[in-house]
Amino acid sequence: MKGNEAVAHAAVRYGVDGYFGYPITPQSEILETLEELMPWETTGMVVLQAESEIAAINMVYGGAATGKACMTSSSSPGVSLKQEGISYIAAGQLPALIINCMRGGPGLGTIQPSQADYFQATKGGGHGDYHLIVLAPASVQEMADFVGLGFDLAFKYRNPVMMLADGVVGQMMEKVVLPPFRPRRTDEEIAAQCPWAVTGRPESRKPNILTTLELDPVVMEQNNIRLQQTYSLISANEVRFEEHCTEDCDYLIVAFGCVARICQKAMEEARAEGLKVGILRPITLWPFPTEEVKRLSKQVKSILVVELNAGQMIEDVRLSLDEQVPVHHYGRMGGIVMDPSDVLDAIRNIIEK
Amino acid sequence: MTPEEIKQAANIVETKPRLLNDNTMHYCPGCSHGVVHKLVAEVIEEMGAEHIAIAIAPVGCAVMAYNYIDIDWIEAAHGRAPAVATAAKRLNPSRLVFTYQGDGDLAAIGTAETIHAANRGENIAIIFINNGIYGMTGGQMAPTTLEGQVTSTTPYGRRVDLNGYPLRITEILAMLDGTCYVTRQSVHTAPAVRKAKKAIRKAFENSMAGRGTSVVEIVSTCNSGWKMSPAKSNEWMEEHMFAKYPVGDLKDTSKE
Amino acid sequence: MKEEIIIAGFGGQGVLSMGKILAYAALMDGLEVTWMPAYGPEQRGGTANVTVILSDAPISSPVLNSYDTAVILNQQSLDKFEKKIKPGGTLIYDPYSIHHAPTRTDINIYPVDAMEATFQLPSSKAYNMVLLGALLKVRPLLPVEAVMKGLRKTLPERHHHLLPINKEAILKGMELPKI
Repeated sequence: MKGNEAVAHAAVRYGVDGYFGYPITPQSEILETLEELMPWETTGMVVLQAESEIAAINMVYGGAATGKACMTSSSSPGVSLKQEGISYIAAGQLPALIINCMRGGPGLGTIQPSQADYFQATKGGGHGDYHLIVLAPASVQEMADFVGLGFDLAFKYRNPVMMLADGVVGQMMEKVVLPPFRPRRTDEEIAAQCPWAVTGRPESRKPNILTTLELDPVVMEQNNIRLQQTYSLISANEVRFEEHCTEDCDYLIVAFGCVARICQKAMEEARAEGLKVGILRPITLWPFPTEEVKRLSKQVKSILVVELNAGQMIEDVRLSLDEQVPVHHYGRMGGIVMDPSDVLDAIRNIIEK
Repeated sequence: MTPEEIKQAANIVETKPRLLNDNTMHYCPGCSHGVVHKLVAEVIEEMGAEHIAIAIAPVGCAVMAYNYIDIDWIEAAHGRAPAVATAAKRLNPSRLVFTYQGDGDLAAIGTAETIHAANRGENIAIIFINNGIYGMTGGQMAPTTLEGQVTSTTPYGRRVDLNGYPLRITEILAMLDGTCYVTRQSVHTAPAVRKAKKAIRKAFENSMAGRGTSVVEIVSTCNSGWKMSPAKSNEWMEEHMFAKYPVGDLKDTSKE
Repeated sequence: MKEEIIIAGFGGQGVLSMGKILAYAALMDGLEVTWMPAYGPEQRGGTANVTVILSDAPISSPVLNSYDTAVILNQQSLDKFEKKIKPGGTLIYDPYSIHHAPTRTDINIYPVDAMEATFQLPSSKAYNMVLLGALLKVRPLLPVEAVMKGLRKTLPERHHHLLPINKEAILKGMELPKI
């Protein structure tokens, strides 16, 4: 099935409580598949087509505030519209899953695949000092798996998670093993797991108030410090990446999402020519696998960062280094997807330099 | 009589609802918010609904409403309260979910969320404080500001050729199939307060009965923003606001 | 075993669904597959193409620059993909909407009169199944029964009465290539 369809199936099976979305290519299949599955008849999951991306993200905010597992999905221009709400969700320390199936921008751009929202996803996007945990799937299987992983992390750290996919993984079909069905959490389980949830006040406790407003700067700084402590914890515990043939590599490719797979084919061809190429695929774009890049940089002659953008992740690669290693970039923009031969040419180019 | 004697139960004719706490309200003297807060607290108390009440606060003067009524609250982004309420209610159908919004929040930045939540017939209640001005930010023009009304952004009075017309959004909401009860009230006299309370109760009961969206507009004063004394504000409201925003039920499907 | 296939033609000719049936059939036959469409407005009337990779090992890139096999249904697609077929690879095309025949000599070329054959079938919608039959004849990647399983999986149940027509179309297509 398609990556987008896999997300919908995985959401129902994980026991997600609410999905709120608004159609935009190339991710509308998520909402379409959920409507077709009618999970409200089986698991009781709420699925709603909102009047806008703005309404959808604020529905996620409202649902998450009551302790429920809520998600939304969109594509680049729609995710820009959601940024205010994402900032509120981060400030409110609410667990939620937001999926961006990226398309080419800026502006209305194109509906073809892109990775040009890397900065937006990893550096904030909305206002204020906050971070999302950003997961970058490279396959339909990962699109399905990262629904569950995303919610697990979101609830573990009370922090929103973004699945940063792209038009390729969203639209392609391949084999997928869907996670097993698990029941949605009961209200009692939610009350136990989320004592902060806004559910109506029993006499036994004080009111639960979810607000992101704090006019006293001394308290607001403390709120920020608390967020930063969470981010430190996430950075220490949750870095995820995958390596291919890095043990002996002279040249390191760093690529994420579908591009890492395109690079893998290029790597196979390069190795057939005797070029020792390896790949590091960050799975969490935030937290970024800084230590791994640093470690590999000590053994390689140069690094090639391949992205469907003008050079965004390359900044995090450079920030990871404390030695002078040449770092090059190869990217395509505006919805054009490079093919393996393009990457192979780029590898040959950096070797000549 | 000593103060202790006055406090004896037999002498008390009016009490503060238990859910209204002792925090000093930040509202200006004469503001309608305080009265409406009290009514909301009373109705929830009388319904015995505090354990199921989820209130959504707006951005505007009532942004910190959660400081005064001891129930669970979610403070929404500007204008988004109906979207927040939509999810809170759909995911928790047994709960009493209501929004408390001002005219800027509901009828300007949040128009889309308001209309679509009402059009879907979400089983929520919307309490809409219409004082024709942006109070919190210092008295700027609101969508409901009257023609000719002076605000800090219409220093020579609202001109319809420049700023458009006062928006009667409650009339629009009454037209939608999703609303079951749409009413306009005020809280400037004791009888008006009693009527407003009844309206809020009806709205909450509709929400719990799953009849659709209820909207209670409260035409209100903003003496600070209007730059009048509270008494003068009430007079001005009766004379000018009621002409544009006449009180009474606009829709009540239970009567059909 | 690994087969990298491009299927290209006009939107509406059933290019994407032909790829989908092939992919499902291979999946149910135990193979790894990827199905990567050129999506969007191209689905509706413009040129449409889909890359299908079948393999007995995990597949890396779903995006390719050269193909083992191309199934081509219009001139634009032929112009675009003929040069991207690997030497020794296979080109199947329907001459019905091709004005300039392929010229390469280092690949195996099979003109298949699928449109003509479809006119003799009860449903013109079976055009892509005729081509699928031709493909399976030239490249026996999967048994017909596996393809029928794939078809059963991809076709909504309300259309299952069309399965025999589709099978007929596939078998008809298998007669067409001159090997």
